[in-house]
Amino acid sequence: MSYLEHNIRTVPTGFSKILHFNWPLALLLIAVCCTGFLMLYSVAGGNLERWAEPQIIRFAVGMSVMVFMAFVPLNFWREVSVLAYVIALVLLLAIPVIGEFGKGSRRWIDLGFMRLQPSELMKIALVMVLALYYDWLDDKKISRPIWVAIPIVLTIIPTALVLSQPDLGTALLLVAGAAVMIFVAGVSWMYFVAALTGVAILVTAVFWSKDTDYQLLKDYQFRRIETFLDPSSDPLGSGYHITQSKIALGSGGMTGRGFMQGTQSRLNFLPEKHTDFIFTTLAEEFGYIGGMVLLLLYALILLFCIASALSNRDRYGSLVTIGVAATFFFYFSVNMSMVMGLAPVVGVPLPLVSYGGSAMMVLLAAFGLVQSAHVHRPR
Amino acid sequence: MRRPQKPSTRRVTLARRTIILSGAMAGVMTMLGWRMRQIGVEQTSQFRLLAEENRVNIRLIPPTRGLVFDRRGEPLAYNEPNYKIDMVREQAEDPEAVLRRLATIIPISEEDIQTTLEQISQRRAFVPVTVADNLDWAHIAAVSANAPALPGISPELGHFRIYPHAHNFAHILGRVGPVSERDLERDSTNDPLLLIPRFQIGKTGVENTLEGPLRGEAGIKRIEVNAIGRVMRVLGREESKPGGALQLTIDHRLQNYAQKRVAGESAAIVVMDVRNGDLLTVASAPSYDPNKFVRGISTTDWNALNTDKYKPLLNKTVSGTYPPGSTFKMVVALAGLKHGFIEPAEKITCPGFMKLHDIKFHCWRRGGHGKMNLHNGLKQSCDVYFYETGQRVGIENISAMAKELGIGVKHDVELFSLQEGLAPTKAWKRARKGKDWVVGDTMNASIGQGFVLASPLQLAVMAARLASGNKVTPRLINAVDNTPQRVKEREPLDIDPAHLESVRKGMFGVVNEQRGTAGGSRLKIKGVQMAGKTGTSQVRRITKEERARGVIRNKDLPWERRDHALFVAFAPYDNPRYAISVVVEHGGGGSRAAAPIARDVMTHALELGEMQYLAPVQQRDKNQTLPLQQGSAGIKDDKA
Repeated sequence: MSYLEHNIRTVPTGFSKILHFNWPLALLLIAVCCTGFLMLYSVAGGNLERWAEPQIIRFAVGMSVMVFMAFVPLNFWREVSVLAYVIALVLLLAIPVIGEFGKGSRRWIDLGFMRLQPSELMKIALVMVLALYYDWLDDKKISRPIWVAIPIVLTIIPTALVLSQPDLGTALLLVAGAAVMIFVAGVSWMYFVAALTGVAILVTAVFWSKDTDYQLLKDYQFRRIETFLDPSSDPLGSGYHITQSKIALGSGGMTGRGFMQGTQSRLNFLPEKHTDFIFTTLAEEFGYIGGMVLLLLYALILLFCIASALSNRDRYGSLVTIGVAATFFFYFSVNMSMVMGLAPVVGVPLPLVSYGGSAMMVLLAAFGLVQSAHVHRPR
Repeated sequence: MRRPQKPSTRRVTLARRTIILSGAMAGVMTMLGWRMRQIGVEQTSQFRLLAEENRVNIRLIPPTRGLVFDRRGEPLAYNEPNYKIDMVREQAEDPEAVLRRLATIIPISEEDIQTTLEQISQRRAFVPVTVADNLDWAHIAAVSANAPALPGISPELGHFRIYPHAHNFAHILGRVGPVSERDLERDSTNDPLLLIPRFQIGKTGVENTLEGPLRGEAGIKRIEVNAIGRVMRVLGREESKPGGALQLTIDHRLQNYAQKRVAGESAAIVVMDVRNGDLLTVASAPSYDPNKFVRGISTTDWNALNTDKYKPLLNKTVSGTYPPGSTFKMVVALAGLKHGFIEPAEKITCPGFMKLHDIKFHCWRRGGHGKMNLHNGLKQSCDVYFYETGQRVGIENISAMAKELGIGVKHDVELFSLQEGLAPTKAWKRARKGKDWVVGDTMNASIGQGFVLASPLQLAVMAARLASGNKVTPRLINAVDNTPQRVKEREPLDIDPAHLESVRKGMFGVVNEQRGTAGGSRLKIKGVQMAGKTGTSQVRRITKEERARGVIRNKDLPWERRDHALFVAFAPYDNPRYAISVVVEHGGGGSRAAAPIARDVMTHALELGEMQYLAPVQQRDKNQTLPLQQGSAGIKDDKA
């Protein structure tokens, strides 16, 4: 019985694959999305058509994509990893030429039937290409500078492009996701220590440079940092988001005001109430308990991804799963930190809950990869 | 075939690193959960409060101002709805463009646009600025219909104060105006209404002195607002309490007549009922139109009013004080009689002057009057008679008598900016001028010159007290919010009635006997006589040289240097009802300029009969507006 034969025999084929889905993960995703519909319905003041309905349609499309990707053998995705990366990179490069302008930055490409956000695409493509790279790379070379430099370059190019849009949130997610993959793949601790030290020195230098001749940031950038550190210093200016968001969160209490009873978000005190700040509505209406339930759902999603990755003997599959899980983790943790005043306001939506097509489609597609890795894992 | 029983090293590394990563993730999530608890549970009450403050706004509902009626129930001040357009800068993206669009819908001039833009740039972004007011309902409807194209523009309903009798009651009623910084400083009530932009409060007159009952009480509206302040719904409402109505003692018919009679002069007339002190007329000319102030007076008009030498803004009846001249002679006579320094029949010789040391004090009649008793002294207003009397009596007794008769005392009446006048004493001169009182000062005071000052109101009070023998006090407000104001108890004067009778007889002679100084001003009603006293008070000093050359006649002098003409009177002589005082600033002689006015006004007053109080005809509606019925006087009719 050859290794191949074993694989062929045990790896499910045809529609029986559906039985080998990571069902707990799929159900958790559906649960989170449903929470999203509920909140969008409430934020619109009981209006289904405004946000909830388009979101449900996208969810249906996204789920189909996920199921389709899960059925496609992982080997296919392995083969197209580089292609996906190249396509995403080309689209990113094309944005300044054919991109659509929105919310103060260029992010979209209008494909006619949908508006594509190449930076979202890049999130999966980068995970795929890094997984492929570390699947291919020999163990002994893994910590050698030259072989460490390659994934860094692979990350930096799209990050720089995304930053120039400018989209700080996505850039942050790209770097963090890539760093996790490089870390998990087994690159020496020393690189991470060095990187963290470097960042620490840079931050210190920036702060020390304030009010000197060699000031490294513009005054308004310093002000933003200060506002983040103390939002009450400018409650109606740049601190407005954070202050209002905290008020909404705080007024929920333990059990919240009840569904559709939130006052702060529906009265428009919160900007971006249906996108980046939707968590505040959840916390206001369902309170601390509601917020914790959502956090728990997210934690369980991560748990099932990690369990799947650990039990997968296919290195590419494990790495892709971990990469997707890490990206997902950074999504919600950055969003929640921002809403709770722990991080500066950068445009990162709450994954699968915030209103927005691209993010949801891409995340569900990414979980399609995770499912594919799970279904087609060697047994 | 190789089927690894043991995981490869790199699988071990991956698993180990993944578990480390999971630990880090768990750490971050724990922190998020902890933070959520901190904000959501531990600080809830604080944030709940902030949320409530965010959401609920309390707006004041301004009350409508109380109405003012005269004794006949004629409306003197009411409110008219005023449709206006406000603009808030922060809601209008491009104020100028919005205003230009607005100009195509309602009539606003280029000048209005510029003024609004200027105001809007000076105020804070959320403060509403009035773009146009006094608009028709049709204009408001048009603006409302076009609201989406006019961001930041909102039609508002306000109220205008309307004074239907315009000039004729300006000095009594005063006017309302927006709250100023100084009003806020002086205010001790801390009424939140005062903070409403452009809230109207009484500035002068009764509007000011009876601000309390007229203002009413604020209502409260609790509203839910969204982040930009737009009202989402009203949560609760407590209606405002409208201001109370006032009824004045003034009779508008007599007031209007008096104002008309002195039109063109700089004069003051006060008519009082001697029986209860009711002020029937408080006329001051020239006057101004308070409606102009309410609608925003132009700078030109304002400057014209301010620089006019006839001082139209001054209520001369109470804020103007004049040397009473010969009208003061009753005071001197009564003081002399009271303290036994003169007898009514006692004769004093008038050679045309009285010499004190080297100074000659002249009588108005150069040749002198010859032998004068009290009756003739008053009738012919002989100065020498009163120089002598005054000198005997002394200033302290004169001053006390003046105060007994209401001169140099502040009367408790709701007229604005009351002046106290002056009944001088020795102590006063020492304190005020730093000099001792001299006999010459007494001589001057004896003929109502020198330091003595009286307002027309005080002169009317004096006439009323002489006529009735009672301590009559002026009364302006008959009822506040349907509660009648009490009439002061009648208290007899501390003067022997026989003395009063002799003085009254002298005053009768002034008007009705041969050689009386006001002989030309007898009443035109048969069988009804008026008793009075003329006064001509000098406002300049006549030098020796001028006297030698001959005193310059009034009509040859510039207006400001001419004598004041005064007249006080009461009628009917045998059963006094009304007392009157007339002052014509720089009018010349009292007998020629003031007495005829008094005669006409008094005749009119007596012809009106008993001026009964009547309840206001119109019912007060919720808005305290008074849709005037056809035929009643008012500017509304003029407009239509």
